[in-house]
Amino acid sequence: MAHEGIGARVLRKEDRRFITGQGNYTDDIAVKNAAYAEFVRSPHAHARIVRIDTSAALGAPGVIGVLTGAELAEDKIGGLICGWMIHSKDGSPMRSAPYAPLTRDVARFVGNAVAVVVAETKNEARDAADLVQVEYEELPAVVDPANAQAQGAPQIHAEAPDNTIYQWSLGDKGAVDRAFAGATHRVDLDLVNNRLVPNAIEPRAATAIYERAEGRFTLYTTSQNPHVTRLVLSAFIGIAPEHKLRVVAPDVGGGFGSKIFIYPEETVCLWAARRLSVPVKWTSDRRESFLTDAHGRDHVTHAEMAFDDSHRIVGLRVKTIANLGAYMSTFSSSVPTYLYATLLSGQYDIPAIYAEVDAVYTNTAPVDAYRGAGRPEATYVVERLMDVAAGRLGIDPADIRRKNFIRSFPHQTPVIMNYDTGDYEASLDAALKVARYNEFSDRRREASARGKLRGIGLSCYIEACGIAPSQAVGSLGAGVGLWESAEVRVNPVGTIEVLTGSHSHGQGHETTFAQLVAERFGVPIDQVSIVHGDTDKVQFGMGTYGSRSGAVGMSAINKALERVQAKAKRIAAHLMEAAETDVELAGGEFVVVGTDKKIAFATVALAAYTAHNLPAGTEPGLKEGAFYDPQNFTFPAGTYVCEVEVDPKTGEVAIVQFTAADDFGTVINPMIVEGQVHGGLAQGIGQALLEECRYDTDSGQLVTATFMDYAIPRASDLVSFDVSTTVTPCKTNPLGMKGCGEAGAIGSPAAVINAIANALGTERLDMPANAERVWEACRANRAPAAAE
Amino acid sequence: MVQINVKVNGRSVSRQVEDRTLLVEFVRETLGLTGTHVGCDTGQCGACVLHLNGRAIKSCTMMAAQASGAEITTIEGLAKGDELHPMQAAFHQHHALQCGFCTPGMIMTAVDLLNRIPHPDEATIRANLDGNLCRCTGYHNIVKAIAAVAQSSSAGA
Repeated sequence: MAHEGIGARVLRKEDRRFITGQGNYTDDIAVKNAAYAEFVRSPHAHARIVRIDTSAALGAPGVIGVLTGAELAEDKIGGLICGWMIHSKDGSPMRSAPYAPLTRDVARFVGNAVAVVVAETKNEARDAADLVQVEYEELPAVVDPANAQAQGAPQIHAEAPDNTIYQWSLGDKGAVDRAFAGATHRVDLDLVNNRLVPNAIEPRAATAIYERAEGRFTLYTTSQNPHVTRLVLSAFIGIAPEHKLRVVAPDVGGGFGSKIFIYPEETVCLWAARRLSVPVKWTSDRRESFLTDAHGRDHVTHAEMAFDDSHRIVGLRVKTIANLGAYMSTFSSSVPTYLYATLLSGQYDIPAIYAEVDAVYTNTAPVDAYRGAGRPEATYVVERLMDVAAGRLGIDPADIRRKNFIRSFPHQTPVIMNYDTGDYEASLDAALKVARYNEFSDRRREASARGKLRGIGLSCYIEACGIAPSQAVGSLGAGVGLWESAEVRVNPVGTIEVLTGSHSHGQGHETTFAQLVAERFGVPIDQVSIVHGDTDKVQFGMGTYGSRSGAVGMSAINKALERVQAKAKRIAAHLMEAAETDVELAGGEFVVVGTDKKIAFATVALAAYTAHNLPAGTEPGLKEGAFYDPQNFTFPAGTYVCEVEVDPKTGEVAIVQFTAADDFGTVINPMIVEGQVHGGLAQGIGQALLEECRYDTDSGQLVTATFMDYAIPRASDLVSFDVSTTVTPCKTNPLGMKGCGEAGAIGSPAAVINAIANALGTERLDMPANAERVWEACRANRAPAAAE
Repeated sequence: MVQINVKVNGRSVSRQVEDRTLLVEFVRETLGLTGTHVGCDTGQCGACVLHLNGRAIKSCTMMAAQASGAEITTIEGLAKGDELHPMQAAFHQHHALQCGFCTPGMIMTAVDLLNRIPHPDEATIRANLDGNLCRCTGYHNIVKAIAAVAQSSSAGA
């Protein structure tokens, strides 16, 4: 048998259904007699709802019902929640305002759902939605986080004066002030982390079914974490108790964070299915995705870094305003705080760090975790500062990083995190070598002869994955534990089913999780099936986000496999009349060490189920479960090198080479890991060069609401990437895995912007560095020369 | 209502549908061929690409009525039984898909691309994928898969 275990580049088991059109996405699921929901949404960024007249819509062909926030309140359906409590630096709890699935009094962003029309066909629902008359009284709107707290800014929620949700801080302010006072060099920089729209290619969807006789709901939905969805819908929103609510997340067409959250639409579909006694189906169109999927990033930051006379960092001070949109989405509060400021030490030994973060409401779509979630923002701050500092201090960007790397582990940063292991110089060296960093000046000269400005940029990122011990995150305000569950069921014929609380929506778990079983038990991966995404099958789980499915999800599977192995070994020893200590499992067989006695794994499985001859006191069957709670975060890290050519005449930027050297710890399947990096890089490069979610400052209208106005990278915008890995196994989980899903999006924006800034010889350049912005920067650079 | 007569994946079908039915709605909802996807509403993403009389088209930008009389191949009709089309096999071999949502449209576009331009270089492949968006793969392995098919067909020729 070919090696299929840990480290094997095996092809994906799930591919066949996708390449033949047999995938089973939420909108593909046909439900008998399903009706269709169409939401009536606010066309205004901020408006009082004076009156809603549903009579014309109710009389339209095919309409089954038209429901508003009034009926929602009548049925005591609760509001959506934010599940992470943040306390301000004065100790007060965050000012979280209610988030009704259908707003009754005030619409607070363009796209805020006001009513829902349910009709027999999709077109009838759409036609009737146009007939719902909503009278609005427009109010002034604020969309820019930097203006949200200004005196006289429109107030969005009575609960949050000055639109301020919290004013949080982390680190020792006094120590940082002292470090700056005693420093030789200080650099500072204003940064904008541009607002992004996740844009999974499958739009969100929900199909809700209510069986009245049983009082039981089924929800098919595009979720990264169906159990958390069920929990929130049950415990907080009050749709139904958990045992009466089945949530199925079938094939899901990408998530990138946007499908973690519990949104108004699935809540309304479930409720409408009961109230109207008809299955209700809703699929977002792309315009709705742009308007209502939780957006990402949107930080405005001022950052300062202080150095001693030997160019070692002595302090870092950061002030950020984070836009959380019009309502607090499920995990929004944690993103600009514990997922952001805790990573501000980067790969560097920084003795003192202090960060202040104000989170604000604005009249925009809710903002929450998007691939990287807080960590791209932190990396961007640190790695932009490092380049600006290198420029001002007159040293090479690689050298200033090398000088400040953390070199001994474990390393306690001043911002909570304790890094278990890493070798930052190894990934830096690997990346510089592939990127031919030392010969860059030759390439720059050659480009210059062609009239092009060539630049090279580095980014040495660190991130934290597998969001760590439940007790620790609980003490930081998390409303949930962040462990994972697994169950391993060995069938009598020896095939294996693994039930996991992780969810795969492109990550290839059906393959990699089976590889772990192959590694442990020596069975071929085609005899292993991975079951996920259905709350009726998997008891509980925390889902997939934060690059946690390897480090946490597979660790849980590993634990259950160990338990199965222990029982199987006991049975095998009994069958072979050997001492348990003399029995080993190798290549799919239990062997008595030093003898030719052996018994196949499948034979032991059958023996466990026939139960004719089991050791005394052993129960029949072969099935074990486990819950795994991590001891610590994991810390993937690496170096990215971007090389660009800028055409100063047009401002166009061409990426000519992109090199990634990542340390993800143990790699299960290099092919899949490389694919994750490719995709992450594309999203990070998209943020740096192309993507910009823009609301009109006056009207609050979303002006980038289609793929024609919001540029996600196309094939011709990108190049083939050079990716490789270095390995320091994680020390705090049994498999040594760190996580690879987000790294590309975390590390790349700073590398791209550093490269362009290097080409232009400029310090500040905001994302996206589109042709217009770069052309302006080129022109600004030329201006003094022209004046001479 | 309008009568639609088409040959889909080799089989003749006739259905009555509402006049405003899009071809993609006809394929997905009337015929239940859900391998063809919808990822946007402005003809940008290409998740709905299928072949109409042998050419790749975006089925979200065509009325079902306009397609009446045509021969249509969807992703479900590309393989010959258990034998994958070389493009499908290459997507598998080169890990050119992750979530799989853009994949059917991407494969149908890629097949059409090599029908039109049998030996494209990387830049040509990338330029010809401009009508198909993928958010997972960064296109790296999609480009590789298409190049591999082009290469093997020239090796065979």
